[in-house]
Amino acid sequence: MSIILDHVNYVYEGDTALAVHALKDVNLVIPDGQFIGLIGHTGSGKSTLVQHLNGLLKPTEGSIYYNGEDIHAADYDKKKLRSRVGLVFQYPEHQLFEIDVFSDVCFGPKNLGLSKKETELRAYAALKQVGLEDEYFYQSPFDLSGGQKRRVAIAGVLAMKPDVLILDEPTAGLDPRGRDEILDQIARLKEETGITVILVSHSMEDVAKYVERIIVMNRGSVMYDGAPKEVFAHYRELEAVGLAAPQVTYLMQALRAGGMPVAADATTIGEAKEEILKALGKE
Amino acid sequence: MLRDITLGQYYQTDSVIHKLDPRVKLVATICFIVSLFVVKNWVGYAVAAVFLAVMIRLSNVPFKYMVKGMKAIVFILLITVVFNLFLTPGETLVSVWKLRITKEGLQLAVMMAVRLSFLIVGSSVMTLTTTPNSLTDGMEKLMRPLRIFKVPVHEVAMMMSIALRFIPILLEETDKIMKAQIARGADFESGNLIRKAKAMVPLLVPLFISAFRRANDLAMAMEARCYRGGEHRTKMKPLRYAARDRIAYGVLAAYFALCIVIRTCL
Repeated sequence: MSIILDHVNYVYEGDTALAVHALKDVNLVIPDGQFIGLIGHTGSGKSTLVQHLNGLLKPTEGSIYYNGEDIHAADYDKKKLRSRVGLVFQYPEHQLFEIDVFSDVCFGPKNLGLSKKETELRAYAALKQVGLEDEYFYQSPFDLSGGQKRRVAIAGVLAMKPDVLILDEPTAGLDPRGRDEILDQIARLKEETGITVILVSHSMEDVAKYVERIIVMNRGSVMYDGAPKEVFAHYRELEAVGLAAPQVTYLMQALRAGGMPVAADATTIGEAKEEILKALGKE
Repeated sequence: MLRDITLGQYYQTDSVIHKLDPRVKLVATICFIVSLFVVKNWVGYAVAAVFLAVMIRLSNVPFKYMVKGMKAIVFILLITVVFNLFLTPGETLVSVWKLRITKEGLQLAVMMAVRLSFLIVGSSVMTLTTTPNSLTDGMEKLMRPLRIFKVPVHEVAMMMSIALRFIPILLEETDKIMKAQIARGADFESGNLIRKAKAMVPLLVPLFISAFRRANDLAMAMEARCYRGGEHRTKMKPLRYAARDRIAYGVLAAYFALCIVIRTCL
């Protein structure tokens, strides 16, 4: 059970002067249950890549396999794939359309052809998963705040009970509190259900705190792919392509350069704290 | 998905035609269209074809792009040709059952097809070589005299340029919302007409909301920069005729004169 990308290339506006080679020979294996951060600069091909994973875009060259089946085979059921691989777009609140929050979340499961009862049960569970209080369920989605709207939109995808959840910049445009709430909820959801989560972001801090694997995209190719510690060890190269490591990585590097015997590969504040205490002999 | 619509699409490259003043191109396009209706015989169409070919060559835009615009009118073209072919009275060439193809009909059908396709290709030379903004600038300047009759020329031009500017944005937005709804299992393709119309609701509602939101934001941004319409407004880059524009007018006048000569003498 996994997603495999085999030599995937994608060209926008093929065979015109405006052609953009958005993905160049991307090879990836995404096993079940991983929490993955996909990072890259604007225009690095992150969004293009995730749209391939649920078959919205068809690679110009190469193939994509979901659970061992080619998703672009003639007899493959794309609709089913889309219920298994849930994709939450950037600014997902822009896709809300129903008269109330609850019906909007029902849209996904209803399209799967589920019974009314099952649809509503799933919608209710999804809204609970994103932490929206009951009092909002029958309000118009357009009357909610930005953060609440986003949760409703995420719930709309969760209600389809996907095995893989992809979130494209779920925190863009939110305040720090809204950002932390959403990311914490995603982490909790991951813990409870064990689904695969792919978090697209350009914020290293967000990603480093939660994920177990980081894929760095640069100009359409995979630049690094590994555990956060391994990837952030290349912080100089990351800077060269307009990205950066988490701030604690810089702090630890500076401490080390200043003569403190700490391991410089800490990527979260907690790890850094332990390292520093250890170095000071106060465990 | 929706990216291959060429309506008013500008093709970025460097050429003499691109550099011409938009007013010249506007007048030239109108003249060219009129000339297509002035000429009535093959010599005239040959001249128009040569003129058009030279313009396309000078514009440095691949011919492929010009033809793309034709896709939209294939249907109209077909109807015109068929009607002219079968319904023109005259000398019978072929007759199948009750339908007769006449010599005059054949001639008229071909002429109509040529005329329509030249018309489309000719106007796409203009839209492909002129940015929507300079096009509306040109229109504003050309229509200036209408202000005497209290026509709000500047406002109309502003509305046009905003509308044109929003076409690609809204197309992109449509594409994005469509994908987002497909990701939620929406189906825009199958089913009968009523089902298809119903399936558009999840697309249209967010699209309208986004259009209103953008319009609101734009209005606010314009007000914040003290925009107040056309009165006493000057331009950063006012349109001025250069030597090449005068030459272009000369060429245009020569072409138009030739067309009239062909019409009257041949």
